[in-house]
Amino acid sequence: MVLDRLFRRRAEPDVQLEKSLEKTRKGVFSEITRLFERDVLDDDLYEELEMLLIQADVGWDVSQQLVRDLRARVNEERIENPSLAREVLRTEMIELLESATRNRQVKVFQRGVPYVIMVVGVNGVGKTTSIAKLAAYHQGFGRSVMLAAGDTFRAAAIDQLKIWGERLGVPVVAHEPGADPGAVVFDAVQAAYGRGRDVLIVDTAGRLHTKFNLMEELSKLRKVMQKHVEEAPQEVLLVIDATTGQNGLIQAKTFAESVDITDIMIAKLDGTSKGGIAFSVAKELSIPISYIGTGEKATDLSEFYPETYVDALFFGEGEGL
Amino acid sequence: MFETLSDRLNASLGKLNRKGRLTEADVDEAMREVRRALLEADVNFKVAKDFVTAVRERAVGQDVLKSLTPGQTVIGIVNEELIQMLGAEREPLNQPDRPPQIIMLVGLQGSGKTTHAAKLASHLRKEGRNPVLVAGDVYRPAAINQLQTLGKQINISVFDEGTQANPVDIARNGVAWARERGLNPVIIDTAGRLQIDERMMQELVDVERAVQPTEVLLVADAMTGQEAVNVAETFSQRLGITGLIMTKMDGDARGGAALSIRAVTGVPIKFIGTGEKMDALEPFYPQRLASRILGMGDVLSLIERAQEQTTEEDAMKLQDRMVRGKFNLEDFLDQLQKVKKMGPLNQLLELIPGMGAQLRQAKAQISDDDYKQIEAIIRSMTPAERRNPHIIDGRRRRRIARGSGTSREEVSQLLKQFTEMQKMMSQFGNMAKKGKMPKNLPFDLD
Repeated sequence: MVLDRLFRRRAEPDVQLEKSLEKTRKGVFSEITRLFERDVLDDDLYEELEMLLIQADVGWDVSQQLVRDLRARVNEERIENPSLAREVLRTEMIELLESATRNRQVKVFQRGVPYVIMVVGVNGVGKTTSIAKLAAYHQGFGRSVMLAAGDTFRAAAIDQLKIWGERLGVPVVAHEPGADPGAVVFDAVQAAYGRGRDVLIVDTAGRLHTKFNLMEELSKLRKVMQKHVEEAPQEVLLVIDATTGQNGLIQAKTFAESVDITDIMIAKLDGTSKGGIAFSVAKELSIPISYIGTGEKATDLSEFYPETYVDALFFGEGEGL
Repeated sequence: MFETLSDRLNASLGKLNRKGRLTEADVDEAMREVRRALLEADVNFKVAKDFVTAVRERAVGQDVLKSLTPGQTVIGIVNEELIQMLGAEREPLNQPDRPPQIIMLVGLQGSGKTTHAAKLASHLRKEGRNPVLVAGDVYRPAAINQLQTLGKQINISVFDEGTQANPVDIARNGVAWARERGLNPVIIDTAGRLQIDERMMQELVDVERAVQPTEVLLVADAMTGQEAVNVAETFSQRLGITGLIMTKMDGDARGGAALSIRAVTGVPIKFIGTGEKMDALEPFYPQRLASRILGMGDVLSLIERAQEQTTEEDAMKLQDRMVRGKFNLEDFLDQLQKVKKMGPLNQLLELIPGMGAQLRQAKAQISDDDYKQIEAIIRSMTPAERRNPHIIDGRRRRRIARGSGTSREEVSQLLKQFTEMQKMMSQFGNMAKKGKMPKNLPFDLD
């Protein structure tokens, strides 16, 4: 049995992440930095801060909480210097996200047992592209990967996955369009087992979390996997679109109720969206955010670190307090 | 998950006397709640601010009508303003001076352009048109296959030039191809792109210039957050956006993005997407969206979900049976199964408008396990018993109780409730026949 820890902290700065978040940073969060360049900490500043957080999709409740806590600490500790207050806010935000990332399970890769990742999410969040990225990510660790085309519903979803499979040199287990996803998953787990693949990534059809039947189907898929691999799926990854607003929290909650979500990936963070829903998800559900997607290439995936994420949005490169 | 605006307004204004005028202080408090509701519904913060200013002006000094509470009065104003802002009139697609009508779909990745290109084609064919689809997304893997597959499903031709061609040429050639064959309208699918991707935005501008579309529709996801405004702003600056399609409206997002985009672009919402099936494209009704943004429930969604589970014919048959007092336990079980498929009970209750705090408390006590017991009892009956519950005597009752793991009292209780229900149904049925159907719904449906 080989224990392998996925989430080793990289020694060198994540240049790619820094670059792709640059656009995001230029948006609302550099305005936060600018806000704290003022001389005094007054009501106007707090009000504007709240608006900036809401603008980043952090949401009403969490924005209120962050501002309230900041105010309380500023008063308690008699902080007068705005840049110190900014540091308090930064720490608060990092801690909020870390409270969830601490729940991240250690990924255990066992020789001879495929590590099964089931990827779920609502329609159009970028599941298939994210799967390609995950495949490349695991290949980067020297693991052999296999894909399962579990989205038999959306037109050409299977073709889309196959094209990625070809590009990455990864076998794809697929049935005909319209086939039973359970059967695909059954075959794929068996094939991954038989061919000694280290990682099997299962695509699923996008589904709105309000479609009760489709959510039930996901828990059935889970059971099918367990017929071959008792501990499968070792990872259930929910993909959330960074542009998603407050509905993201309800999505995460409902998916978590149907299939135990172990990790979250925020996709499409290369735009100007801030993915602020991450804070609500961390606060309300304590599900760890593990990855972020930042483009359309297979290499556009980064591990999620609260500090890097918050800093990339707050400050410029190498710029400290 | 979120409290509704009406609950909050009633709570904050509830202490006020029923009569009199709304003072500035009342309104200030109410407006805070309105703003919060809008922000929780993902309405852009600037749009929310402007909206609140407009409502405040109208609300101060307003008479609180005798029949209403101050909270309801404010909600009334908010509702009216929302509808006005969303566009009170339904706007049809623009018609060109000379055919073909060219419709171009644009938007971010994953907003639903390809699916909606096909849905739109299917919709227009139902209106007697002869549409063609043009596959302009050469970037996303298998996007062309996707459009071709959908085209085959709905039996509509798809023009494509593979993935090596230039989208501008594809669009131009597609239109020429359609013209030669007398196909009209031409619906052009384009690749999803970020509004900050200059090269990709320029490509759209070039396509627009090349084909001079009658209609450029921005396709936007109902779940979009604050970003909706940036996206809409840039797309409408670069292109002559003529309308919107809000997609994924069958979910439970409040859909505040629609209000933001509408406010920023000023163009009408022309369609909403309500599912993955090819006929899930509907005209836009401002009232429904207004209620939804305010979290006032959505009766129509409830009705739609119910319709998904049953055909009109089945419904008519059932109605007939109800009216004639022939509704039996077999029908009841069948209905129960259908309700179950619509989703967990407490989720369904969310959709009912005007669910006050009390009802919401009651909701916590209704569990999906209650279904199970009723189901077990009915399933322990013989078909004859289900059809004619009156034959159930003491002995049968004991057997049913044993079979379902319940007590005889529980079986009796179910039977009693069922008899009551049957009576009510036939009364209700008679009322409906005489045209005395109750019409006091909390608001107009469309």
